[in-house]
Amino acid sequence: MSAAPIELPRWADIGLVPLVSVTAALLVAGLVVIGIGESPLEATALLLQGALGSVEGISFTLYYATNFIFTGLAVAVAFHAGLFNIGGEGQATVAGIFAALACLWLAPLPGVLLVPLAILAAAAGGALYAFIPGWLQATRGSHVVITTIMFNFIAANLIVYLLNYQMGKPGSMQPETPDFARHAVLTPMHVLLAPLGVRLPNTPLNSAFLLALAALVAVWALIYRSRLGYEIRTIGANPRAGAYAGISPARITMVAMAISGALAGGLAVNEVMGVQHRLTLDFTAGYGFVGIAVALMGRGHPLGIGLAAVLFGVLSQGGAELSFSKPTISRDMVMVIGGVIILFAGALEGLFRRLIATGLSLGRRG
Amino acid sequence: MEWLQTVAVILDSAIRLSIPLLCAAMAGLWSERSGVVDIGLEGKMLVAAFASAAAAYATGSAWVGLGAGILASIVFALVHGFAAITWRGNQIVSGVAINMLAAGLTVVLGNAWFGQGGRTPPLEGAARFPDLTLPLATTLRDVPVLGYLYYEVVSGHAVLVYIAVLAVFVTAYVLRRTRFGLRLRAVGENPAAVDTAGISVARLRYGAVIICGALCGLGGTYLAVSQSAGFLPQMTAGKGFIALAAVIFANWRPWPTLGACLLFGLLDAIATRLQGVSLPGIGEVPVQAIQALPYVLTVILLAGFIGKAIPPKASGLPYVKER
Repeated sequence: MSAAPIELPRWADIGLVPLVSVTAALLVAGLVVIGIGESPLEATALLLQGALGSVEGISFTLYYATNFIFTGLAVAVAFHAGLFNIGGEGQATVAGIFAALACLWLAPLPGVLLVPLAILAAAAGGALYAFIPGWLQATRGSHVVITTIMFNFIAANLIVYLLNYQMGKPGSMQPETPDFARHAVLTPMHVLLAPLGVRLPNTPLNSAFLLALAALVAVWALIYRSRLGYEIRTIGANPRAGAYAGISPARITMVAMAISGALAGGLAVNEVMGVQHRLTLDFTAGYGFVGIAVALMGRGHPLGIGLAAVLFGVLSQGGAELSFSKPTISRDMVMVIGGVIILFAGALEGLFRRLIATGLSLGRRG
Repeated sequence: MEWLQTVAVILDSAIRLSIPLLCAAMAGLWSERSGVVDIGLEGKMLVAAFASAAAAYATGSAWVGLGAGILASIVFALVHGFAAITWRGNQIVSGVAINMLAAGLTVVLGNAWFGQGGRTPPLEGAARFPDLTLPLATTLRDVPVLGYLYYEVVSGHAVLVYIAVLAVFVTAYVLRRTRFGLRLRAVGENPAAVDTAGISVARLRYGAVIICGALCGLGGTYLAVSQSAGFLPQMTAGKGFIALAAVIFANWRPWPTLGACLLFGLLDAIATRLQGVSLPGIGEVPVQAIQALPYVLTVILLAGFIGKAIPPKASGLPYVKER
């Protein structure tokens, strides 16, 4: 009953499909820029200059990339198990609440204990909030897609309630917690590298970036070099064959969702513990959704996800700078590009594979 | 009679708040009954809200706004259909793409065209739909209770409200009583059987997707041109997902969907009303708890703890013709 998938050489599958779909997405963005009466070439130059033209720009780019690495990995791990976790926003929100509680309640502890504990709390919060939809799918048959969508909104209401009534700064109308103690936050990169003689400008880039790099390696090892990763990929490829081989699809569903949620918690570690140093509303800012684009573009492989995260970092930072010098081009352009990439590299993958296959066979004949 | 006045005010605002949900839920119902899962209701409503407000502002006509809203929404629906039906792509992924594209594009274009951070300028006069007074409403106003409720709750809404309610009648009738409706339901349950009977699965599904787009367009236009006086960034604020919840809640049936939308609208109206009010014996109920209720109820229902949600059998599955 299934259509024969369009066969492509491995290099084309890994390299060409994302490349062509990203190029097409950028072309669409270029058309939008033309549509609002600006020059796409000038816009691109300003964007690249803003993102990569200075040490400060690059630092900002890597700070954004940190968020995208975490949310991209979160989506990818679930993908490998054949699950679609749209709940990155909600999981990061709960992770942020857990991290903030740890940072505020455990403040008497010394930093060397407090910071790792708070990071673990964030991971645990995200993992728990993703585990529940996984558990519901595994045992009650409700689909993770719908459950995680609903959980996003439940988390959004929860954080509004907590910041307004329970965790808010006393005497302040702002929906945010008091600032964390100075030893309860992550080290900014310019402070971290100063003893090595590297002088960096003061940017939001912090040690969470190193954590993100470690997460890339860890997820690679997990998915491609561990028994659990093999089980996850087997269940993702064919749950019935996996079950026949003695792997429990229910267990893998729950475990993969929990790992995915823990990774989404990294977004909270970077934003809440690394940049804001307090819990604020809307710190997730759509990173969870862009993570889907990152995972699709990176073909679920940590190396690809790292590259895709940097691309989206460039787009975020460059887009912010671009909207600064060209107010007609809103920084929400990143969302447009992300959406088109999800459409092209994800939903219309079949079309692009067909195009590439046709192109390759023409090239071979010609 | 003060309690009656309070009830009338709450019911009136419940209806106003449930209309966008109702439009999007009917839209989702059409799409999902044909086997095309649509989590992009939110995005389509948002696009329609923006297009309708921009067109109404430019032309000064609310009806042109409605046309533009429906058209924009149908274009996005066709993108979803192209990915989901023609290219058999993942329908969830496509829906996510639609939502993100809509969230970004409306702000980018709105900011470029109007320079107000993505908002459209406020709509006035004929650029908005006026409230209608139904026949006899003023005459019956003084009839105790029923006449009063007719005047306050049923009458006095914009025309789109009545169109939306009419859409429920039409949806229920067409799905239940017409050949097209029967085929459409069949294609959502067992597309192979429909195909065997010589009917095009793709054409039926495209039809459903276009109707879905038109209804989302109606909902989005209501938000921007009738309920509010212009477009605000992200003004749909999750309504497309509550609508999805309502469809699941109502087990993909039209009349129960109307009930679910009214219930969720009522919850919203009560939440607004209860803001800062202390109830006897309970204390202050956090508004957020009531606002989260539709989502919580849907999760519980889906998990089968109360009742059982049974989606159309072929929903979310691309149809591949046997070769």
